[in-house]
Amino acid sequence: MSGTGKTRSKGANGWLLSAPALILLLLAASGPLVIVVIYSVLAKGDYSGVRWILSGDAWFRVLFEKDIFDGTVSLADANLSIFWRSVKLSLATTLITFVLGLPTAWFIGTRPKTTRALWLFLITIPFWTNLLIRTFAIMEVIRNQGLLNTLLIKIGLISAPIQILYTDTAVLIGMTYVYLPLMVLPLFAAIDRFDFKLIEAGYDLYASRWQILRGVILPIIKPGIVAGCILVFIPSLGAYVTPRVLGGGKNMMIGNFIELQFGQGQNWPLGAALSTMLLLIVLVSLVVYTRASTRGGPHG
Amino acid sequence: MKTDHAIDACNVSKIYGAGARAVTALGDVSIGIKQGEFFTLLGPSGCGKTTLLRCIAGFETPTSGTILLFGRDITHTPPNQRPVNTVFQSYALFPHLSVAQNVGFGLKMQGKPAAEVAQEVERVLALVKLEDFADRLPQQLSGGQQQRVALARALAPKPEVLLLDEPLSALDLKLRKEMQSELKRLQTETGITFIFVTHDQEEALTMSDRIGVMSAGALMQVGPPREIYDHPVNRFVADFIGETNFLVGQVDGQGLRIGSGDVIAVPLNGQTGEVTLAVRPEQINIGPAGTGVAAKIIDMTYLGTDTHYTVALGDASTLVARVQSNSGASLSVGDSVGITFDAKAVQVLAS
Repeated sequence: MSGTGKTRSKGANGWLLSAPALILLLLAASGPLVIVVIYSVLAKGDYSGVRWILSGDAWFRVLFEKDIFDGTVSLADANLSIFWRSVKLSLATTLITFVLGLPTAWFIGTRPKTTRALWLFLITIPFWTNLLIRTFAIMEVIRNQGLLNTLLIKIGLISAPIQILYTDTAVLIGMTYVYLPLMVLPLFAAIDRFDFKLIEAGYDLYASRWQILRGVILPIIKPGIVAGCILVFIPSLGAYVTPRVLGGGKNMMIGNFIELQFGQGQNWPLGAALSTMLLLIVLVSLVVYTRASTRGGPHG
Repeated sequence: MKTDHAIDACNVSKIYGAGARAVTALGDVSIGIKQGEFFTLLGPSGCGKTTLLRCIAGFETPTSGTILLFGRDITHTPPNQRPVNTVFQSYALFPHLSVAQNVGFGLKMQGKPAAEVAQEVERVLALVKLEDFADRLPQQLSGGQQQRVALARALAPKPEVLLLDEPLSALDLKLRKEMQSELKRLQTETGITFIFVTHDQEEALTMSDRIGVMSAGALMQVGPPREIYDHPVNRFVADFIGETNFLVGQVDGQGLRIGSGDVIAVPLNGQTGEVTLAVRPEQINIGPAGTGVAAKIIDMTYLGTDTHYTVALGDASTLVARVQSNSGASLSVGDSVGITFDAKAVQVLAS
């Protein structure tokens, strides 16, 4: 009797305790999102902001453009190419961080328990410094008179500096640097749980090293791979600081393009529509990716 | 080279580390294991039995010495090129693969066609009576069933030698007994040489054709269970295998003068000075006072079929005797008795 009373009040307490978090999620996360979606279907204000008139203009402009002289409609190549570049760069970042991150995570995961904490600590050190400052530091490394070019010239590999700064390569280097820890940490968590006896079992059962990697290690640490790829791909797609600083004005990614609409472009609905579009791309890729990675199992 | 030997370890040593911190896991071990034999490496933990097994499997390379498989030198052959498979203590089943895929793993890696793999998997699963579990994942099985999958997986590629690293240690007593006879049956049916590692002497005695007793990186004695039990070569083996009473005494004429001053008639092979007498509890007879060595019962434990009596001799040294409970004798703590040994059953060990 008193037991049921107790559980009921326990349930109520649970809701009460989580209320601050729920309110915060509702107001701080979902609220702005709803505003963005609403703005995307309103008309553009005269200088900035929106007019409260329902309009599909912003969404139309995301995908199409109208020639100002003859009024013909064509696909908005400029916008689409920015989206495409963003997706391409993010995919490349994800792939590179995975290729670099897997051996790193493996190395840390195979260290003795005592030194492991130190290696993990080293991985998290970059988080201590402001992203903008770290990005400027990379700029210092890759600019024409920077560390990298000077070094390459000194050892005679090249005779004139290579232009890296303000190219896609620069953006890629920057994003790989920024997001590598986000790949390493979930991979490490998965490798930490991995039973290394399974490698011996595979080796005992005539598997080569490559077959053990493909047939035993990768499938078992897959949850870590999925988590790492999601954690790298999504923020890469919306990256703002890195492409802005290292890519210069002409190598924009979606993040910069959106910022442009809210700033100089003074077109809030277009910015909102682009943001919503980005959100949709992320959602669709998440669904496709998780579907693809949970398929398989015993009979895959 | 003798080809009736499946495995020959010749002067195998394994030393970890170097210099002052070097640890000798195996010191110059030589052993020949016959084809089709159920051979057990028995010893306490840290005696080097697992290291020897891992050298045969290829996970460890001996510091010196050679390992031959049917006369071929495999000392430096990697594990995936040795026709030798291992059943791991923790089973090490692939958690992401079904039972059938686990069992078929070795065959698949050997490049066997899918149809042949499927057929073999079916055959081996029937051998371990797990036909109905082919599509399950390992974590959906009980410990005993996982054990069978591990066995089936190691047997499927038809290895020339099967290595078993304490595979029964994680099972409860009843299951362990079941698996012991199961293992013996599998070994007889497949005719494969089994090398079994255990620290459980009872397990070793029940299953093995021959046992190799190890201690501190060295082989103490190799022989059939009966011989090891009845004729241990030293105190370690006598102590490790079964229960044993030890009596230290001085050779005196045709007998042995023990601490209490009694002289016991024992078969001596020219030993002189101080020797150790090993007597199994079941080889001690308790008779009325006045026969044999005078003793007093100081403790008794009823164990069902048998009763254990602890008796104290004149010098307060104690012996444990095992007597069948239904033998009719009614003895109780405090009784004065006389104990006798069957002279042929006791072992005289060099101290």
